[in-house]
Amino acid sequence: MRFDSPAEQNVSDRMKVLGQPLRRIDGPLKTTGMAPYAYERHGVAKDQLVGYPLGSAIAKGRIVSMDINEAQASPGVVGIVTTLEMERLPKVDWNVAYLFGGREIQHYHQAIAVVVANSFEEARAAAALIRVEYEEDQDATYDLAAVRQERLSDDVEPIDNIGDFESAYASAEVTLDATYTTPGQCHAQMEPHATIAQWDGDHLTLWTSNQMIEWSRQALATTFDLPAENFRLDSPYIGGGFGVKLFLRADAVMAALAARKVGRAVKLALPRPMSANNTTHRGLTIQRIRIGASQEGKITAIGHDNATNTLPGGDGENGARATRRFYAGENRLLINRALEIHLPESNAMRAPGETAGLMALEIAMDEMAEKLGMDPVEFRIINDTQVDPSHPERQFSERHFIECLQRGAEVFNWASRNKAPGSRREGAWLIGHGVAGAYRDAPAETSGARVSVRPDGSIRVETDMTDIGTGSYTIIAQTAAEMMGVSLEVVNVDLGDSRHPVSAGSGGQWGAASSTAGVYAACLALRKKIAERLAVDPEALEFSEGYVRYNDQQTALSELASAGSITAEDSIEFGDFRSEEYQLATFGAHFVEVAVHATTGEIRVRRMLAVCDAGRILNPMTARSQVIGAMTMGVGAALMESLAVDTRHGFFVNHDLAGYEVPVHADIPAQQVIFLEGEDPYSTPLKAKGVGELGICGVSAAVANAVYNATGARVRDYPITLDKFLDRLPEIA
Amino acid sequence: MRAFSYERAGSPQEAAAAAAAHEGAQFIAGGTNLLDLMKLEIETPSHLIDVNGLGLDTIEATAEGGLRIGALVRNTDLAADQRVRRDYGVLSRALVAGASGQLRNKATTGGNLLQRTRCPYFYDTNMSCNKREPGSGCAAQGGYSRQLAVIGGSEACIATHPSDMAIAMRVLDAVVETVNAEGDTRAIPLADFHLLPGDTPHIETVLAPDEFITAVVLPRPLGGQHFYHKVRDRASYAFALVSVAAVIQPDGSGRIALGGVAPKPWRNEAAEAAMPNGARAVISRLFEGATPTEDNEFKVTLAERTLAAVLAEARG
Ligand SMILES: Cc1cc2nc3c(=O)[nH]c(=O)nc-3n(C[C@H](O)[C@H](O)[C@H](O)COP(=O)(O)OP(=O)(O)OC[C@H]3O[C@@H](n4cnc5c(N)ncnc54)[C@H](O)[C@@H]3O)c2cc1C
Ligand code: SF4
Repeated sequence: MRFDSPAEQNVSDRMKVLGQPLRRIDGPLKTTGMAPYAYERHGVAKDQLVGYPLGSAIAKGRIVSMDINEAQASPGVVGIVTTLEMERLPKVDWNVAYLFGGREIQHYHQAIAVVVANSFEEARAAAALIRVEYEEDQDATYDLAAVRQERLSDDVEPIDNIGDFESAYASAEVTLDATYTTPGQCHAQMEPHATIAQWDGDHLTLWTSNQMIEWSRQALATTFDLPAENFRLDSPYIGGGFGVKLFLRADAVMAALAARKVGRAVKLALPRPMSANNTTHRGLTIQRIRIGASQEGKITAIGHDNATNTLPGGDGENGARATRRFYAGENRLLINRALEIHLPESNAMRAPGETAGLMALEIAMDEMAEKLGMDPVEFRIINDTQVDPSHPERQFSERHFIECLQRGAEVFNWASRNKAPGSRREGAWLIGHGVAGAYRDAPAETSGARVSVRPDGSIRVETDMTDIGTGSYTIIAQTAAEMMGVSLEVVNVDLGDSRHPVSAGSGGQWGAASSTAGVYAACLALRKKIAERLAVDPEALEFSEGYVRYNDQQTALSELASAGSITAEDSIEFGDFRSEEYQLATFGAHFVEVAVHATTGEIRVRRMLAVCDAGRILNPMTARSQVIGAMTMGVGAALMESLAVDTRHGFFVNHDLAGYEVPVHADIPAQQVIFLEGEDPYSTPLKAKGVGELGICGVSAAVANAVYNATGARVRDYPITLDKFLDRLPEIA
Repeated sequence: MRAFSYERAGSPQEAAAAAAAHEGAQFIAGGTNLLDLMKLEIETPSHLIDVNGLGLDTIEATAEGGLRIGALVRNTDLAADQRVRRDYGVLSRALVAGASGQLRNKATTGGNLLQRTRCPYFYDTNMSCNKREPGSGCAAQGGYSRQLAVIGGSEACIATHPSDMAIAMRVLDAVVETVNAEGDTRAIPLADFHLLPGDTPHIETVLAPDEFITAVVLPRPLGGQHFYHKVRDRASYAFALVSVAAVIQPDGSGRIALGGVAPKPWRNEAAEAAMPNGARAVISRLFEGATPTEDNEFKVTLAERTLAAVLAEARG
């Protein structure tokens, strides 16, 4: 089915099951430990051996030699695969760094060997016995600030160069020129990358943990030079991804290579200390932002010059991305400098580009409001735009950013906030309030599903869509229940299997909107099939309470399918109007209250509110969970998360969860989330968009602005740890 | 993890004797530190002596009016003990400021004192580290050293001792009791227990390889107000950037030890005389000769400010 024009009234509008705050249908499986994650799928393949990886000890250079004799002789070892046994394996473009094979080292902890043994302990012990001799490149660079400085005069093709930024900025009545930095961030998902691999001739099955089943199937085809049909992936439960499991990664490649070598199933997980440097991270950024405005607060010029690290072929974390479309302003100069730095691969992490970009832009907006003597809420409202500033002929399909700000200000009681920085005190604590805007595009991708009515009247949905802890199972079940007129309990959803129709997968905040639209399409196809059987016009059919009703008659679904399941398959494709004629995006406003210890600088977030404009909310409970999780991640980015770079050795030093701190419960206060009522008929037949990435956008800046408001100390270098403003706190007695 | 042999000791002296009999042996108590380090091959004991069955898990009053804490008393139990909470509040607070509930349920008094540094280079066996591999160099020097010591370190090593419990025990003038393979016992004041790194950062305490900790003794209660203020980047479950353990008397005199700044609990009795003159005076004495790195020089200011916060709280 093609989605070629805005959605009209349709079956999904009934909203009997959709739109309800229903608990996750996979919840009980997860809370009782019955949902099997990749590494725990003991039953899927017989006689599983265990693989343990070895990562490179250098960041850039070559392997001179590897001695595996001692490892080979270690107890329990069945086989070893080293990178020297093969040429560098081909990769697809989505991956920036190569995953395995050859002598060349591109980054620290790059996978260079895998030991297969009877037990995990034996494999791990043997891996430590492999001796590697390296030759390090002396010309490698690991310092983003230094490289940026050297290359500031490079001619870079701007993303947007509209009007005449330089002269508009030079003549603006009020200007801001500030530089912000964000560190590398680690996805730090709970479940490590893990795969069980088993070959049958030249056919490979991978039980794995991956957000994008089809992308990875294609990547496997490239890597192993076999037809895509030869690969099956199965990934029903995923313990978090945030972008780090979008692509084929070394766990799957090593498991496959190892299984081929030993002729048995092999399972392998990336050990936690390896994951930060072996996989991907959100790139570091240095962002210079210049804003010019009139005395009245109208932005006339906006410049955003982002520098970020990448290995050759990537584009890092493009901080200027959200600035393209968020605020009005006639003269615009937006640049992304993706600088070649030999740190591990920077790649997508939750709201790539927007997250780091808004961490900077939304402080800049706060600074600008202060310069103008304006309420930062008001300043943002004045600079709202209903058209895409980079293509003014394109409208936003739906944009209610102003309502987000206004509603949030009212609910948060923004009017009673602390207005003078550093002036409100409660005992030992300074109290501050901050606001920030949120912007994230709302893309949609082709997505398919297969839906059946089964003899017992139940509905089964099959798609390779994944649930990375987001609630896909539930909203897909809700969609099918709504479309087929049954209760949620009789819908059975099977996800993450490459034998199912190809879906949009989970990424880029497109998953919920796209996959439910695909299920909608398949359900329409099924309804049509049923209509054909009954020889009635599909439009005349009403599906409710497990019955099909038509012309005063009714038939139970179970009766219809009594002779065997009725199955239909379809997929939704999105017409160009969606992306070309309109700009689809989601919006939000974050309000935060913090307390900062006036003497020690310890920061405690005390209140958080998010107001989101994201079209129709398919399930307010799962959507809220997405947003509060993202707000939590935003607090982490604001206050503690940072991959520490060793610029001599070229790696992230704090590469475990003791060193890379993410928020704990004690860091997170009551969080309130409000979804604006609304629907976006330009988005999908269900009029829905995503919220999972919107939720993190802007959060960190709201925290940063609140810290400024509490203390009067502006920190432009994330994370905002106390060492960065201790000397600006009140004098001690 | 390397293969190792294992035994259960029958008595403290047997445990010590077993350690003397096996080159490369180690005791295992809660295992919360040792096992992690073994998995990463930072520790590679050839033989483990399990001391969990020795019964050293009680807290008893001493004739002198203090408490004798068995080496196997779990951190959770020690923190929750009525007498500790009433008379040694600084210790109870320090304990609950450390690790997590689950870890404290396993972690023991002896093991906590002997936990090893959290220097990130110590944890990465690709990096040079004099503590892990004597003579190999110190990757932290000139590297990422935000968490590391500002005082007491050496060219060879600038790691901190990460224990919270030990900081409080230092303020309380605790004494460590041990037994060796011959059955000889000794009592070591905590002040003398941990060593500064000098040229031998791999030697962290005065214990002999076969010396087994049986108890930690707290002297009579000090009275006064007890504080443990631990500052870190998140609200819980993180090691200290700086911590201040303090016992402050009504007349403004008192005792102070700092965590997060040095290779051992950092206390200087002479500096405490400056307490009536305020935090700055105390801190400047405590940090005489400090050699912070660019990454961690803030700790000196932070220590001063944290102490000021404690003193302000004491004044009420
Ligand atoms: C994630 C995490 C976070 C943590 N956070 C904190 C924190 O914030 N603050 C803090 O203070 N600590 C923290 N810890 C450390 C924790 O306190 C220690 O791991 C624990 O106290 C060690 O005790 P154990 O009994 O488990 O020691 P083990 O791991 O069993 O032993 C540690 C060492 O002591 C030796 N040993 C044990 N008992 C004896 C004895 N009786 N005589 C001689 N030698 C002995 C062992 O041989 C070994 O070398 C954390 C640990 C983890 C894993
Ligand atoms: S500071 Fe000490 S523990 Fe850290 S790398 Fe240097 S020698 Fe090793």
